[in-house]
Amino acid sequence: MNKAEFLAGLKTGLAGLPQDEVEERLAFYGEMIDDRMEEGLAEEEAVAGVGPVDRVAAQIVSEIPLTKLVRERIKPKRTLRAWEIVLIVLGFPVWFPLLIAAGAVILSLYVVLWSLILSLWAVEISFWAAALGGIAAAVVFWIKGALVPGLAALGAGLLLAGLSVFLFLGCVAATKGLARLTKKILLGVKKRFIRKENEA
Amino acid sequence: MDIQLKRGLLDVCVLAAMRSEDSYGYKIIKDVKPYVELSESTLYTILKRLENAKMLTVRTVEHDGRLRKYYHITEDGIRRIEEFKDEWKEVDAIYQFVIKEGES
Repeated sequence: MNKAEFLAGLKTGLAGLPQDEVEERLAFYGEMIDDRMEEGLAEEEAVAGVGPVDRVAAQIVSEIPLTKLVRERIKPKRTLRAWEIVLIVLGFPVWFPLLIAAGAVILSLYVVLWSLILSLWAVEISFWAAALGGIAAAVVFWIKGALVPGLAALGAGLLLAGLSVFLFLGCVAATKGLARLTKKILLGVKKRFIRKENEA
Repeated sequence: MDIQLKRGLLDVCVLAAMRSEDSYGYKIIKDVKPYVELSESTLYTILKRLENAKMLTVRTVEHDGRLRKYYHITEDGIRRIEEFKDEWKEVDAIYQFVIKEGES
């Protein structure tokens, strides 16, 4: 990929951003490529040094606040006509609740996912509690001289302790996975704003 | 490294890279590289933030028939570096405590 192709690709990837910001970013990356070439790298190598254009664009988008993207997206390309303003004001009882509902749906999705994780952790904690309980029960049984039930309680306690170690690893993996998913969803939402801009 | 911590450190790193003389994007990345990983898009965000905070100024210079942006540290930027040095003494004291308690 040469410099022109890289910059064209970057421009497409950033099309949802404010125009002046896109220009500034392109100039910034252009300078980075030129400076690498000045050091003796071939054009293709210099471009490769900056990174794959898709990843660069994705990283830029992920670093920009969602609110900024939305603001840019809903900013009218021209000033609104009087009847449009009237419509927006009159339509308020309709679009405002819809907006809130959309927000609530997204929020509840998050709540559901995270409560799943929370319940996993709750199970993990109860496993530990039961394991400790089993061992404590074993001690009590032994003090009372009941060796066989004590041995059974100890065995159950140790078994649960072992299981909870595995469950702990699972919990950590699930939490990390969901955190990554959350990030991905946010990036996906941001990308939607940019893609729509490209089609328009 | 913790993201917040790294962000604060990178700000100071970038300022330090232009303290002795004005610098430009690619040079900053090269200068900082041996110490901390810094991608172009991160650098862009940092430079913007520092510019908005008036810790640096930007000027465009013609170089070899093309344009290159040079970044110049301001008084506020130098003050930020000095503040960082003081803050780091506190961090170091905490670090010593953590190490000492970890050994005993």
